[in-house]
Amino acid sequence: MNHYGTHLRIERDWEGVAWLVLDRAGAQANWLSATMLDELGEVVGMLEADPPSGLIIASAQAAGFSPGADPDEIDAAVTPQAARALVARGWAVFGRIARLPLPTLALIRGHCLGGGLELALACDYRVVVEDPATRLGLPQVRVGLVPAWGGMRRLPALVGPSLALELMLSGRELTARGAWKAGLADVCVPPRVMEAAARAVVMSGRHSRHLPWREVLKATLLRRFVAARARRALAPQLRADRYPAPFALLELWVRHGGDTLAEPDESPASMAALLRSDATRELRRVSALHERLRRGGRVAHGVGHVHVVGAGVVGGELAILCVANGFRVTLQDLRQEAIAAVIGHAAQRASELHPDDVPARRELLDRLVPDGAGHGVRRADLIIEAAVTVDVAAKRALLAGLESRARPDALLASHTACLALADVAAGMHAPARLVGLHLPVVQTATPLVEVAAEGPDAADAIARASGFVAALGKLPLAVAGTPGFLINAVLAPYLLEALRCIDEGVPAAAVDHAMREAGMAVGPIETVDRLGLDVLQLLACGLGLDSLPTALSEAVAAGRLGLRSGRGLYEWRDGVPLRDAGAAPDGVAERLFARLGAAARDALSRGIVRDADLVDAGLIAGAGYPPYTGGPMRHAARHEDRT
Amino acid sequence: MDHLKGHYGHEASAKVNQAVYIVDAARTPFLEAGGRPGPFSAADLATACGAQLLARQPFAPDELDQVILGCSSPAPDETNIARLASLRMGCGDRVPAWTVQRNCASGLQALDCASVEIALGRADLVLAGGVDAMSRAPLLLSDDFVEWLSAWRSAGAVQRLRLLRRLYSSRLAPATGLERGLNDPAAGLLQGQVAEDLATRFAISRDEQDAWALRSHQRAAAAWSAGRLDEIVPLVGPDGRLHVADAGVDGDVDAAGLASLKPCFDRKYGNVTSGNSARPGDGAGWLVLASADALERHALTPLVRIVDCAWAALDPVATGLGPVHATAPMLARNGLTIDDIGLWEVNEAFAAHVLACLQAWSDADWCREELGIDCGGKAPPHSRINIDGGAIALGHPVAASGARIVMHLAAAMRREGARHGVATLCIGGGQGGAMLLETVA
Repeated sequence: MNHYGTHLRIERDWEGVAWLVLDRAGAQANWLSATMLDELGEVVGMLEADPPSGLIIASAQAAGFSPGADPDEIDAAVTPQAARALVARGWAVFGRIARLPLPTLALIRGHCLGGGLELALACDYRVVVEDPATRLGLPQVRVGLVPAWGGMRRLPALVGPSLALELMLSGRELTARGAWKAGLADVCVPPRVMEAAARAVVMSGRHSRHLPWREVLKATLLRRFVAARARRALAPQLRADRYPAPFALLELWVRHGGDTLAEPDESPASMAALLRSDATRELRRVSALHERLRRGGRVAHGVGHVHVVGAGVVGGELAILCVANGFRVTLQDLRQEAIAAVIGHAAQRASELHPDDVPARRELLDRLVPDGAGHGVRRADLIIEAAVTVDVAAKRALLAGLESRARPDALLASHTACLALADVAAGMHAPARLVGLHLPVVQTATPLVEVAAEGPDAADAIARASGFVAALGKLPLAVAGTPGFLINAVLAPYLLEALRCIDEGVPAAAVDHAMREAGMAVGPIETVDRLGLDVLQLLACGLGLDSLPTALSEAVAAGRLGLRSGRGLYEWRDGVPLRDAGAAPDGVAERLFARLGAAARDALSRGIVRDADLVDAGLIAGAGYPPYTGGPMRHAARHEDRT
Repeated sequence: MDHLKGHYGHEASAKVNQAVYIVDAARTPFLEAGGRPGPFSAADLATACGAQLLARQPFAPDELDQVILGCSSPAPDETNIARLASLRMGCGDRVPAWTVQRNCASGLQALDCASVEIALGRADLVLAGGVDAMSRAPLLLSDDFVEWLSAWRSAGAVQRLRLLRRLYSSRLAPATGLERGLNDPAAGLLQGQVAEDLATRFAISRDEQDAWALRSHQRAAAAWSAGRLDEIVPLVGPDGRLHVADAGVDGDVDAAGLASLKPCFDRKYGNVTSGNSARPGDGAGWLVLASADALERHALTPLVRIVDCAWAALDPVATGLGPVHATAPMLARNGLTIDDIGLWEVNEAFAAHVLACLQAWSDADWCREELGIDCGGKAPPHSRINIDGGAIALGHPVAASGARIVMHLAAAMRREGARHGVATLCIGGGQGGAMLLETVA
């Protein structure tokens, strides 16, 4: 029984085991489209009629098993009928696979997400392959949807409701080992034996493991109680009116055990309602925009050795990001203690990243080489200046010196939160070689890095820098090199307005509380402290925002510069601001959002980024702007529509 | 052969007697091996040191032709530690690496091997050095215990009960590898007892030994504060702790303190104390050796040329005299006398060893009888030996010491304008090694 469809093929090996290989034609990944599911249905029909001794489902795509449902088809499902059909076709065919009278197995390497994992869950066994690219998860809530193809039913049955709900509500993805430890996979094997392992496991006749009785109770009698507890445990910024998907997921699980088709279309928890909702539309748009940024980073960067100048907070973080992602780093700083501190932090990060892989931890640290005198400049492929100074003249001299010692084909970058790139590059022979980098500090582990360049000759430099940023696992956003680039240029007027609220007598904690209530990931006053008050002052100056709030100038004059100096508008202890909660007067959030929206429109009109979508994508990923709104441009546009 | 060129850097050739140059060198601070395992394994030390040295070269690490590392006691998971270090330093898959062992001269042996490879035209650019983490010397099972374990594996339940009764015998106790390494299996004595023996034979007093030790400390402290120990690159532990200086450099050492120490080998009647012998330590050192071709290809500036290297063997109980046995014939065959050598590095395993060497050297009869050559009845002057301190102050991570004395000698020769210099060590088991360097004009 050999069969070749457009998107899959099936063949039997010498033991009578059928291998079903997914290979979506004309695509880089097995997005599960209607035609692909139809073909799968046909094959299942053949297997039902003439059962082989076992079935192994694998992928021929290098990227992975399957990243889930076809996003274009989700976009097209605008009517309740279309939504119902979208759900039904996966639900039905996966159900038939689960009921096949023969042992079935999914062989998983690379991504196995959303609908892809739901397909794997329909099999009796799962073999995961140890590969850094292997990722298993049901991340649908992140784009405002729920696992509707049976995952919501089968995952709790496999790993127990506690873990299943945590995974589905957070969208967290598991590594191969993580999936095996969680009980989601039966075995975890290296690539060299994956096919042998799949064959052995599918014919083993072994029973899948039994859930502990406590988990069985939770899945049955205590289901309502477990769901209520999970709802209470959701992050405070997840409010049902802004992010309906997690709440719908819990209701669908409690009421129908994950059968979304059983929910009437009129219910707000139905797939039809979710697909119609503003939040889902915006979350899916933002996810597509981030994918667009990621695509911008799919460029060959040719970087292996990075020389980082400055072992301060940003230089250290960049150095650690580099070594964690396989680059070799020479870290230059005259203060050997600063380099030592970075290596200490890198050791901590290595333990977090590789908790049970001692060689990987060791290799990560081996890649970080102290270089007090800066010898590494001569051979580095990329030189990042991240000196702890906001003094333009000092940066200029430093960069001119670096340029003279660097290889002619080396890429040069300067990290700055507030200076204009042209000012910094002024002392260089070839200013077009210099790109600006900015790793926003608003949130820890910000997923975005701004990449700035000036002039028409900079296209190559910006492409390489974007490729490098993507290799760090960050989203590269190409921006103009004006002061504050995009993120800080948009934030500065908003932060100054927040400081004016303090001038007017509103407590700092109350301003932050109001903005976090309104959905911002971090309050503006905390942001000011993280950014540095001196940096904000300089930024305001560079942007021509002259009348400074008293709260700012007083603090700067008193040397209270923020997190860096241990005290700014808050007292900081161990990287956490000390504050009490307080209520702000009405209208503070609206006033601050309006200021931020105006600054966003201004940045777009000045051409800092190419289009409004990039403003939205940048501010959500780089400044913690609430994702459900779709970003500041979209937020303002919808606000205007309503009024 | 052109296809090989891309992979292995240089063409195979039949050149012989190529000149060998030392281009650059670095070592870690020598950390004290005090009772408990130190923060770095030998491979960690070699990697951290080599990566910093390689980062400042104009050539890429994968352009090396070979990596050769001396190590006297690698951990059980560090077999061929040179290859481990080479891979961890980023030299890539295609640089061959090998490990050599000659006890205290393992580092010097690595340099000699590298010189020979270059001289024979088999390599142009070699990274060579030495490393030991003596604080991590493995615990070794005694032969009795190994037998006990194999009996346990094959025993039934009743026999096991019987075996358990034997478990607490002191004969089953493990020995540290360090203890074994310092015990001279050829002489059946601890190294310190060998030193006592020499002190007695040459009538070297406790005061003389302590005076030598004190001067070693004073010179090391002066060299450290004047920045003359600039071959050191920093080490950073995984806890973020920074190590920049040798643990043994201690300006506080004084004559009274040294005099108050009890002998530690022949406890009742001896003269050798922990104060006048080198302390074991953890450390690594690497040197970049190059041929004239490599100098030109990578625009490298040579520090010194390695002129010759000599090895000698003698009665294991007279190990301490190894430096004279190796050096005197080496000078003779190069047509040089003691007066031609501007600077000396004589490894201070024990003050008694160095002092015994100097006495033997100045004894024309001894030279004639023992070595069969005329040494001119003259020893190198104290003022030219170990001018920036020696292993008594700086520490002696066995295999790293050979690398240290050669790299420091090279730097000191350039600084002091000495044309020739000799670095020499005694080697446990009754051997001596010496290397002759010449400043490049």
